[in-house]
Amino acid sequence: MDALISQLQRQFRDHTISLYQQGFLDDQFTELKKLQDDGSPDFVAEVLSLFFEDCVKLISNMARALDQTTGAVDFSTVGASVHQLKGSSSSVGAKRVKALCVSFKDFCEAQNFEGCVRCLQQVDIEYKTLKSKLQDLFNLEKQIIQAGGIVPQVDIN
Amino acid sequence: MSKVETKMSKQTKPTETKKKLNVLIVDDDAINRTLHARIINQIGGVSKTAGNGEEAVILHRDGNASFDLILMDKEMPERDGASATKKLREMKVTSMIIGVTTLADNEEERAAFMEAGLNHCLAKPLSKENLLPLINHLLDA
Repeated sequence: MDALISQLQRQFRDHTISLYQQGFLDDQFTELKKLQDDGSPDFVAEVLSLFFEDCVKLISNMARALDQTTGAVDFSTVGASVHQLKGSSSSVGAKRVKALCVSFKDFCEAQNFEGCVRCLQQVDIEYKTLKSKLQDLFNLEKQIIQAGGIVPQVDIN
Repeated sequence: MSKVETKMSKQTKPTETKKKLNVLIVDDDAINRTLHARIINQIGGVSKTAGNGEEAVILHRDGNASFDLILMDKEMPERDGASATKKLREMKVTSMIIGVTTLADNEEERAAFMEAGLNHCLAKPLSKENLLPLINHLLDA
């Protein structure tokens, strides 16, 4: 059992480090984890759940606003949604999503339709990729706990 | 380093505010409300939330609201942070109000927000590390 726990802990460490090194997460995610404790053991999962709900809602808003078949493109609505998504991605440490929002905002301000559509597609891919990778991380956490181990603190710096 | 400085540098940093605070968190973003409520909880306070400046004003309208601290986001629909702060001060609300800005806000925008009646401004994202010393400093003042 100890060997299993060690292996799982190693996988957890490696996966966590790779999320930071590949730019999926930044220091704000570390801050988020500090807010979780025995009194609020699911805090990070709850906040991330809010973030992914936000992503679905805002991407849907942006897609509707960029739909040329319904009339003129509503860059103002797109811009407002991008601003919100930038804020929430910043709050959870979703580094790549936040970076995409910066470019997206520039395209909105320039009323560049093709640029906006490209960014929308990339944001959609990026948040889904992050969600999948974080799910893997949470699954590893769960397996460690179920095996009787302790989830390691991972020093990113 | 003097003996006093050595002693001070060895003292543990506080983990809670000097008194238990009743805090109003005003932000249109649910994630920020959740994060800030958690931070307040971790530094020993209790909190209530409002989704925009207008809700914050309505909470104070009957005169029964009593918050030690209000964390006021700058950009919100219905009524923004500056307008809400100005209105609350006109209503003689004496709570400490800390404005929450973004790094994108420039000096002029921050100054205008302060002019509305804030005690201080902090840029998002908030953390225990930046909020706790500020609150204790404001409590000392």
